[in-house]
Amino acid sequence: MPDMDQFLEMFFVECDELLESLATGLREMETPEHEKETVHSVFRAVHSMKGAAAAFGLSDLVTFAHRFETVLDLLRSDRLVADEDVMTVLHRSSDLLADLVSAARQSRGADQARITDLLDELDRLIGDEDDDGDGSDLAIEFVPLTLDFAPLDDSPATTTYKIIMVPDPELYRTGNDPAALITALAQLGDASVTLNAGNVPKLSIWSQEEARLKWEVDLNTAAPLADIHQIFEFVVDCCQLEITQQVDETPHIATPDIAEQPKNATLSMPDADVVPQNVEHGRKADTPPGATTGHVAQSAGQAATIRVSLDRVDRLMNMIGELVIKEAMLYQVVETAGFTEEPDVVTALEGIRQLAGDIQESVMSIRAQPLKLVFQRMHRILREAAEATGKKVRLETIGENTEVDKTMIERLIDPLTHMIRNSIDHGLEDALTRQRRGKSMEGTITLSAAHRSGRVQIEVSDDGGGINRERVRQIAEERGLIAQGTTLSPNEVDSLLFLPGFSSKEEVSALSGRGVGLDVVRREIMSLGGRVMIQSKEGQGTTFSIALPLTLAVLEGMLIQLRDQTMVLPITAVQETLRPTSATLHGIGKHGRVLSNRGELIPIIDLACAFGLRDTPAELDGGVLIVVETDTHKRAALHVDGIFDQRQVVIKSLEENYGRVPGVSAATILGDGKIALIIDPEEIVLSSLSEHSRSAMAFAANG
Amino acid sequence: MLETMSHNSAGKQEVVAFKLAEQDFCIDINLVREIRGWAPTTVLPHAPSYVKGVINLRGSVVTVVDLSQRLGFGPSDPSQRHVVIIAFHEGRIVGLLADLVSDIVTIDDQNIQAVPDIASDPSREFITGMITFDDGRILRKIDLAQLLPAPQLASA
Repeated sequence: MPDMDQFLEMFFVECDELLESLATGLREMETPEHEKETVHSVFRAVHSMKGAAAAFGLSDLVTFAHRFETVLDLLRSDRLVADEDVMTVLHRSSDLLADLVSAARQSRGADQARITDLLDELDRLIGDEDDDGDGSDLAIEFVPLTLDFAPLDDSPATTTYKIIMVPDPELYRTGNDPAALITALAQLGDASVTLNAGNVPKLSIWSQEEARLKWEVDLNTAAPLADIHQIFEFVVDCCQLEITQQVDETPHIATPDIAEQPKNATLSMPDADVVPQNVEHGRKADTPPGATTGHVAQSAGQAATIRVSLDRVDRLMNMIGELVIKEAMLYQVVETAGFTEEPDVVTALEGIRQLAGDIQESVMSIRAQPLKLVFQRMHRILREAAEATGKKVRLETIGENTEVDKTMIERLIDPLTHMIRNSIDHGLEDALTRQRRGKSMEGTITLSAAHRSGRVQIEVSDDGGGINRERVRQIAEERGLIAQGTTLSPNEVDSLLFLPGFSSKEEVSALSGRGVGLDVVRREIMSLGGRVMIQSKEGQGTTFSIALPLTLAVLEGMLIQLRDQTMVLPITAVQETLRPTSATLHGIGKHGRVLSNRGELIPIIDLACAFGLRDTPAELDGGVLIVVETDTHKRAALHVDGIFDQRQVVIKSLEENYGRVPGVSAATILGDGKIALIIDPEEIVLSSLSEHSRSAMAFAANG
Repeated sequence: MLETMSHNSAGKQEVVAFKLAEQDFCIDINLVREIRGWAPTTVLPHAPSYVKGVINLRGSVVTVVDLSQRLGFGPSDPSQRHVVIIAFHEGRIVGLLADLVSDIVTIDDQNIQAVPDIASDPSREFITGMITFDDGRILRKIDLAQLLPAPQLASA
């Protein structure tokens, strides 16, 4: 049933958000100063998930969420103390819940043994406590997903509330049952229920579109007002609700009734003494939980957000790209026509240019998402890795609100996972060693993010032992990655870790060291247009820093001339540009040439040759040399015919309609409508130098 | 020009006919998106000789294939009068450089013959059928799948 799939998909999206707030809440609960509301929000997240899962018949999920919820309920009512032991179980439960959701998403079976294990653990926590509240919760089969709730105030001691409930037809239509609500109320305390059917008209003029029944409940309870609201939290949008506290003159809370165009609510004629149970079942199945999410958005006090598919944003982004190109074209036309002296024309053009830039920025900000989404996952990775290695580790995150492009968020997960595991497995010492070195037993891994001069800087640092350079060197020599006795600076030794085939742990551990090493991390980051650097201090720890561009859609480039072709060189790779003079140039053999620049010898690559535009390298007296540095600190000077501009270019895929071209990362469209290729300096340098031994060359070049 | 055959739809198909080195070729009209005049391309490094380069088609990067070179007539020297047939094939857009587009023809499936066995001509593998007409003219039907460079997967 395609409709159902759609709702299921919506459910999973909601689940992701709920899981996220669950994980955040649990972590907050570990801090001593956390508020009671945190526990409530954690409870609600699990509760909402359970409700929706029930609607889709995901029984594993429901059973587990229910038990989980029971424990949270104990915490909420202070019948259980959230000590370390309890929190560990809660974290593991939250992880399992996430796994169950993804299992349901991929329609595969869940790991029953793990469920049983955790269910037992939860049972242990529940102990003798009564499993309360489940009657009502399970009775509500059809609970719409709600994400945010107005903060609720707690009130102490026994109070009598008068609750007047007049359901809208909408309530019946969405499959909610007043009887279940009243039963739930009755469980909070002493309740006397009166049904007022005075408004029900004669059968002859009765309409199913109107619901006229009114319940009055006098409830004497010790439970806080919040608990009463909790019962109604899924139906506040579709019933008129009045809760009055009887003792003193305190809050009179009326939930606004949001008028809904009543459709075909099916309600058969109610009998005055009988609570109507007759919401048609077929109707129930037809009304999806999603149908009510509209109300949620309407309820007051919520941030106005909409969910838009990424496709649409991408399309918008594409069109903005076109706009920027067209703007550049227009400018060029006006320039050729000689209108650039006219102040009016220039002002108008400037206006358009600025507007185009602003629009581009806004669209980019739509795509931007906080790194929190990635960082949050790392808590779990860390927990699991710490468990596997038996080390005690704490994760600190800084700047998780730093925003990067959505696509980048997704593609950062793998590299960061790898780096965290690597830090725990290789970086941190075991507890004993740490103690001996006078450090705290618990290791710390810091994950930080910040915007730095147009780039995003992400750092993973540990307070471990640092890189054992002797050992790294030895391994690299053993594996033949470097020649015996090569002179290497400490930085260069550190960079060896990124070489393919480097894995320093002798024994293969459960976590890392399976031959998939940091080179994979480096490659993934590079494909995002970023670079990875490594810093290490003996005995104090290691820091990996990742520098990423803000977006994958535009890039700052240098426009260069190669014979009759224009190409773009990403500005991030460029270190300096210089005019060659005979004093700084030296030949090696027939074609080899090096540039001597501040005491360094840098190999020169003729770009036109590298791209097959020229057969033999051109004379160096004309043209310009651009010194580029690759991510592995290899330098090369690219010889080009000229540099004529520097500007932002919109990145267009070349692979979509053609395929990969060696040395080219993508294409762009210039102001004159022509296509220019964007050079991948990394690949150019590597392939041009590959005739020499792979690692020796770079280090030789670096001096 | 080639006369249009009868218009019954069963067993018929429409093709775009074009000229290349004085021979008539055609491709299925359903594959053709538009026909443009020749404009200079951006050369792709390390590309096969029959890839003329890429052009900007309203923001998409489109490869232009020199049909003349691909079919073994030798590289063409495109001028303003040459045309680029923009075709859509298996999710990819490609431009085909031809001398001129002559007609849109409805052909009868019965008139499509297999290509005679002419041993080693490079054009053979790209031509799927020959369409004969009563007046003796012949259209050579081109198979796009064979013609295009296989998509190179991103190497590691």
